Amino acid sequence: MTNIPETGRNLRVQIRLVVIQVLVISLLGTLGGRLWYLQIREGDQYAKEASGNHVQQVVQPAVRGSILDARGVALADNETRLVVSASRTDLMKMKDDGKAVLTKLAGVLGMKPADVEQKVRLCNAETPQPCWNGSPYQPIPITDEATPKQALQIRERAEDFPGITAEPQALRRYTSPGKANTAQVLGYLSPVTDEEIQKAQDSSSPYLRSDMVGRSGLERQYDKQLRGKAGVTRYEVDKLGRVLGQAEADPAQPGANLVTSIDSRVQRIAEYELNEAMKEARKQHDRNTNRNYEADSGAVVVMEAKTGRVVAMASNPTYDPNAWVGGISAKDYAALTGKDSNYPLLNRAIQGQSAPGSIFKVIPTAAAINAGYSFEGPYECSSSYSIGGQVFKNFESQSFGGISLGRALEVSCDTVFYRLSHEEWKRDGGNKPKKNPNDWFYKTSHQFGLGEETGIDLPNEVTGRVPDRQWKKDYWTANKDSWCKYGKKDGSYAEKIAYENCLEGNRLRAGDSVNYSIGQGDTLVTPIQMASIYAALANGGTLYHPTVGKAVISPDGKTVEEIEPKAHGKLPMTKKTLAQIDEALEGVATRGTAAWRFGGWPQDEIPMHAKTGTAEVHGKQTTSWFATYTKDYSIVMTISQGGTGSGASGPAVRNIYNALYGVSEDGEIDKKRALLPTPQKNLPTVRTDGTIQSPKISKDPAKDRATPSPGASTPQDAPADPQQTGTTPSPENTNRDTRRRDRRRGGAPRPADGRTRRRARTGTRRTTS
Amino acid sequence: MTGGVNSFQVSGYGPERAGWTRLLARDSLARRMDWPILLSAIALSLLGSLLVYSATRNRTELNQGDPYYFLVRHWLNTGIGLALMVGAIWLGHRALRTAVPLLYGASVFLILLVLTPLGSTINGAHSWIKLPGGFSLQPSEFVKITIILGMAMLLAARVDAGDKPYPDHRTVLQALGLAVVPMLIVMLMPDLGSVMVMVVIVLGVLLASGASNRWIFGLMSAGAIGAVTVWQIGILDEYQINRFAAFANPELDPAGVGYNTNQARIAIGSGGLTGSGLFQGSQTTGQFVPEQQTDFVFTVAGEELGFVGGALIIALLGIILWRACRIARDTTDLYGTVVAAGIVAWFGFQTFENIGMTLGIMPVTGLPLPFVSYGGSSMFATWLAVGLLQSIKLQRPMSA
Repeated sequence: MTNIPETGRNLRVQIRLVVIQVLVISLLGTLGGRLWYLQIREGDQYAKEASGNHVQQVVQPAVRGSILDARGVALADNETRLVVSASRTDLMKMKDDGKAVLTKLAGVLGMKPADVEQKVRLCNAETPQPCWNGSPYQPIPITDEATPKQALQIRERAEDFPGITAEPQALRRYTSPGKANTAQVLGYLSPVTDEEIQKAQDSSSPYLRSDMVGRSGLERQYDKQLRGKAGVTRYEVDKLGRVLGQAEADPAQPGANLVTSIDSRVQRIAEYELNEAMKEARKQHDRNTNRNYEADSGAVVVMEAKTGRVVAMASNPTYDPNAWVGGISAKDYAALTGKDSNYPLLNRAIQGQSAPGSIFKVIPTAAAINAGYSFEGPYECSSSYSIGGQVFKNFESQSFGGISLGRALEVSCDTVFYRLSHEEWKRDGGNKPKKNPNDWFYKTSHQFGLGEETGIDLPNEVTGRVPDRQWKKDYWTANKDSWCKYGKKDGSYAEKIAYENCLEGNRLRAGDSVNYSIGQGDTLVTPIQMASIYAALANGGTLYHPTVGKAVISPDGKTVEEIEPKAHGKLPMTKKTLAQIDEALEGVATRGTAAWRFGGWPQDEIPMHAKTGTAEVHGKQTTSWFATYTKDYSIVMTISQGGTGSGASGPAVRNIYNALYGVSEDGEIDKKRALLPTPQKNLPTVRTDGTIQSPKISKDPAKDRATPSPGASTPQDAPADPQQTGTTPSPENTNRDTRRRDRRRGGAPRPADGRTRRRARTGTRRTTS
Repeated sequence: MTGGVNSFQVSGYGPERAGWTRLLARDSLARRMDWPILLSAIALSLLGSLLVYSATRNRTELNQGDPYYFLVRHWLNTGIGLALMVGAIWLGHRALRTAVPLLYGASVFLILLVLTPLGSTINGAHSWIKLPGGFSLQPSEFVKITIILGMAMLLAARVDAGDKPYPDHRTVLQALGLAVVPMLIVMLMPDLGSVMVMVVIVLGVLLASGASNRWIFGLMSAGAIGAVTVWQIGILDEYQINRFAAFANPELDPAGVGYNTNQARIAIGSGGLTGSGLFQGSQTTGQFVPEQQTDFVFTVAGEELGFVGGALIIALLGIILWRACRIARDTTDLYGTVVAAGIVAWFGFQTFENIGMTLGIMPVTGLPLPFVSYGGSSMFATWLAVGLLQSIKLQRPMSA
């Protein structure tokens, strides 16, 4: 500045003023620079922090899709329940953190105030359950069982219950239409875990904290389709969590509906008949163990023969899947999974494996043909077959002379298969196997799909086991240490077995091949595997991956994604062999071991094919197996510790067929009463408003049938179980459970039906037909 | 200097002139007013009212259900402030000079009153007097003016009389004594921010008065030693120490003490170049920044108006400060120079401290941003200061 004041303003002041001016300007410049730094250079970072500050998500759960039976009857849907929830953010705004309101609420709901308070507290490391594991901005459910009166009380006095809502909400419901509970097939839901959220974070279908996830069965298999997409509303909130405005909203997309091939009526009948059969078996005396049969578990599969679709699948013991809805109680959980529970959660149709016994025999039959033996034979059905010093007996030491393979199936002659299998074993080098043994009997098993999952659309299917050379080797490698340690040459029975196994458990021995040939020994199968095989026999030889899911239909019914049956192989046999086996199995139903169960069956209209099996399990009672098929269906039933194949399972299977085809006890076909004479073809219609066209279903299809309940009483003039009575059936109407015995152990008087423990050199298994 | 002289007459305007002619005459009062200062101050006040409105329209616990509560009051305060400015111009700073002892005495009385049960505490500072009708007075704001006027009066008296080129030691001591008394009282409240402003004012006043360099440097060292001593002997309340600690390390306790600074910085930083738009700021709407209508009002500008708005506020304050410096330098009498320089020191420091703390380069103290922050007392005091600046400028020719 140039204007020097006239008053002789001194220079010092002037200079100092300039200093002040410079100082002030530089300070302001500093502010400007800092402002630039924060807003322009670091702006993005702060913008991110700001948005994290003030945006909160609220999740509207998607309505889970329904699981429908083949005709559109809901097996699992959602029901509206009155849910009372508390908004934590509202409660926390109150002076006492909402304590007074919660206490009042507890009074209305008839709960303890402490319980209500526990429900709304947030879970953390120090807070034990019960606590709220979800987002604190999510309304926290206090109860899902509010009565309309309670809900009204809360709503009408909204000013007394700030932050409390009583609203109808959709909850999973397993409807059990006509009492078909279908528990293991449907599976159940439980809340998503932290780990799953983490894992699915970057996937295309991330979980939300509030999500319920399918844990087993169809709920798990089709979880992604059923789950839909939860709606997320992002709210801008202020410092105290108060909502300022809605930032963004993705509406919830309801899940798709899953149409299954299950027919709820048939399912009900299958469940009912299985249970009745097991109840009946428990009344029967087992002469081998000198106590009643335990019939501890069982399974039945009804399959469409031409597609592999499952029409019914029951597993016993069972449970009420609704126990899982709204969180399972500790007591219920223990009852379902505890040591004494007998594991009702297991779907024994796909997760239960046991030796198949004689229903296995179709496989060695095909194997023999493939190995070059003729179908006609004749093959000697002697009363026993001995290898070295070891004698394997036929049932009742019966002999039928020279018979064809077909007849051997009909009468379930073990010695025919012993001989063939043993012969093949010798051809493959016996105890000194060839480099590339044919192993026809084992190869055929694999070709029938045994030893691996059928690929059914249900989780955790087990593989069963084909005890071939490779398996023997692997098993020996895994166990030889303990065998060799435990085994003693002259010790107890178990010690001797271990000793033998230690020495030569890695090799396929003659006894192994003999036991294996009749579905004993180390052979394990699942009911679903056998159902597939018998379905393939019915349909001309095509093995399908069984399916329960038939179609996924969008909630508005507009897009239908059908799940086509997929074949995965052909039975290893020619058309001719197939026809011969087919004929033989028809013979089983008309004049063989199952004939007494199909008395009066309209065989001309509905050709029935069957095979019985009674498998022995070391230390347990016999497993009942019954495998059957018609043109359209195959039904396989098994009951663990249930008795003989036709004896325990026969009436139940017959009754399921009666229901399917509308056959009365005396063999009349009443088409009107037939539930499903041909498999359901059309898919149910889902209307655009989401409702589903479905037929009405009676209270209990199992009770609708006039026929006396099958398990409770055997058909009027059906003969008593020949397997139980031990009578020798005529060749025309025979049921033969052939027994073998080890002569070295024999000598002791045998029970009347000739059933006896047999000890092969592998020792741990017993065989029957 | 004669007391009680009407400034309009002193300026030589006859009553015969009237209306626009008079207003627009070359030597008219309106022409000679410092318009940049006035316009900047008005602009800042109006901008401030919008920012205050933005920060308070949702704060129902503060605005008593009326979203415009603070907006209207800010306007009212601005209006009263403008009237006070006119009054100050009317009286003239020289006329005020004679009233300084009275004003000084009154302001000291008021701050003493704060220490009695009549005073009340707001935000940890016991520096308010509650008045009936929901108003409250913060006398320390007015003490800033009376310190400036009082010191200027003492320091300039003999120099302006032509006795001495610079104030002598005795005068300086007297002036310091005059400043120290209210400063100690304010310290007791405790209102540390105001004390800091007063210290800077004293330094500015002494600097402008031409007092010996020894005083300047001596006082600066004494101030530094004093600050350390105060820190050490624990006169400060814990919250005050915490504010400094949080300043040193804002991540120290983001939920507690560091919260203010952290949230303020997030608010400003998220504004970017142009901000989220007036009334659109999520930090502001979400009330994440405390005291946003008063001490942290700059964060509203930073978030909602971005760098552009923030820089505009700094620039407008810069214009006022720049013009005030010009006035200080151009004034012929030392009294006017010292008063203007004192105001520059006051506004300058308060601006730097207030904006600086929101930007995280200064510790948090409760100081308002001149014109922009909501608050009657500070608004009145700053507009009075504007009136003084205008008066100094208008009276310059007379001395010539």
